[in-house]
Amino acid sequence: METGSARDTGGARAGTDAPGWTGLPPGLLRMRRLLLVVWLGLLAVAAGLLPGLLAGPGWAAFALLPLALMAWGWTLLGRNWRSWRYAERADDLLISRGVLWRSETVVPYGRMQLVEVTSGPVERHFGLASVQLHTAAAATDATIPGLDPREAERLRDRLTELGEARSAGL
Amino acid sequence: MTTPGVADTVTGGQRAGERRLHPVTPLRRAWAPVAVLIGWALHDPDQAQRQLTRLTTTTLLTALAVLVPAAALYGFLSWWFTHFAVTESELRIRTGLFFRRTAHIRLERVQAIDVTQPLLARVAGVAKLKLDVIGAAKKDELAFLGADEARALRAELLARAAGFAPETAHEVGEAPAREILRTPPRDLAVSLLLTGATWASLAAALVVPPLLWLATGNVWTVLATALPLLGTAGASSVGRFVAEYDWTVGESPDGLRIDRGLLDRVHETVPPGRVQTVRIVEPLLWRRLGWVRVELDVAGSSNPVLVPVAPREVAVAVVARVLPGVAVPARAELSRPPRRAGRNVPLWWRGQGIAVSDAVFATRHGLLRGSLALVPHAKVQSVRVTQGPWRRLWRLADVHMDTGAGKTLTARLRDADEAAELLRTQAERSRTGRRDARPDRWMSA
Repeated sequence: METGSARDTGGARAGTDAPGWTGLPPGLLRMRRLLLVVWLGLLAVAAGLLPGLLAGPGWAAFALLPLALMAWGWTLLGRNWRSWRYAERADDLLISRGVLWRSETVVPYGRMQLVEVTSGPVERHFGLASVQLHTAAAATDATIPGLDPREAERLRDRLTELGEARSAGL
Repeated sequence: MTTPGVADTVTGGQRAGERRLHPVTPLRRAWAPVAVLIGWALHDPDQAQRQLTRLTTTTLLTALAVLVPAAALYGFLSWWFTHFAVTESELRIRTGLFFRRTAHIRLERVQAIDVTQPLLARVAGVAKLKLDVIGAAKKDELAFLGADEARALRAELLARAAGFAPETAHEVGEAPAREILRTPPRDLAVSLLLTGATWASLAAALVVPPLLWLATGNVWTVLATALPLLGTAGASSVGRFVAEYDWTVGESPDGLRIDRGLLDRVHETVPPGRVQTVRIVEPLLWRRLGWVRVELDVAGSSNPVLVPVAPREVAVAVVARVLPGVAVPARAELSRPPRRAGRNVPLWWRGQGIAVSDAVFATRHGLLRGSLALVPHAKVQSVRVTQGPWRRLWRLADVHMDTGAGKTLTARLRDADEAAELLRTQAERSRTGRRDARPDRWMSA
């Protein structure tokens, strides 16, 4: 059986174990952390200023709550980002993710009905795109977020090509 | 043909090879306003009574005299503007009076063909024909056709879908069917009597209205609750008996045939290789009799039942016909989760089990109401392993197999290493399982 090392591991963090795992580029982590800092920073300012001005300087300690949350979220995002990885094997795509709730998905190329590249306004601003695979089963949740748009398009083209070569109906 | 375009819109023009539905079709629309009135009266009896007392009989009759012909005219026009044609690879339905709509249904994608005859349609000698295709809408059915015409059309559609040459497809005719199972009415009645849901709905219908009467004393409130409850009770007992009466499963080169119904007759044909999953369900009360129900999933089809009730051996034999080369694993052949799963999910873990053969993946779950699900490897669309913190503590994981009919089979509480191994091997099996599957056009090989 050829589990195949992927021909192209595409950069970031090629693992050394049998399937050539690829991690996500750091852009997604940067974006998520920035959003976290911005929103919780605003919240911290609000939580510090309002009670501080209205009830006395001691109450400004409320600002510590969002700050603690920010520190926690910072590590959480890092762990979550590190847990995401995918591998293009000879016949199927492997996606593994999750820290507490781990999940690993295998989608044979022949079962792909549609490959989608999406990019929202925020993602676009950070130069990110996600690839989503659809099979005939609605429960298949094979999404790779936060890819470089060029890599996303390369992946889409390669998956489509492989999908056509190994295509099968229902 | 005349020039399309102007002439087309004026006459609702018929193009070459196109046919119209049966001429009784407009009649079914004529009674729509009456049905709407009755439905409204049942739904909101209080309001309806008040409104009706204000109307005189004359106004009511005039309203009906206007509404019924209007509906009849609408029915006639929509019939006049509906055409269908069978081409080499498609069934085309062209319809719509104001909003034109053309549906092209690819025949090799057909998952099942249903010919339905509601009671009144049986009296009139007509039938509905519906192709189950993924994404097909309810309105893509051909209602109504002459009963013989529907049968001939079904044979032709199946022949074309099977890959017979277009010239011969017309003459191939209906493939001979061989009966493999017929449910006796007595068994069906007994099985319904042994179903908890039947009794629960009956009890609700008998107990709730008197209690409400005692509490409120309002006739309309009581009626408004009693009628739906009685309806549910009737549907789950008598309704099911009538719908599942004379359930016959047959086998033909065109696939599986299911014929059923006492008043409304339904004839379903599922071509080979369309069945995504099969489930053998064993309700608690049927266990003494050794009876089971067999359910199946076909993408795009609404009927989930293959056999309403049958002894286990018979059901297993039917499953072996539906999924060729598949042996249904016995309870003892199933591999149970490891013992430590009992500390993860007490008691309930005992119902779990899996079995893998060359052709299918089988998972069982349920303590009281056992359900054994089978999916052919070729029908698995994707495989997932999930593990939450509580499962990880006991080194357990769940394996999910997603199939095309929107159903997911889950092998719960497996050993983590075993789950990883299952993920790897199942992906391989589902990929290779496709190779020896029959082609979409099952007669071309």
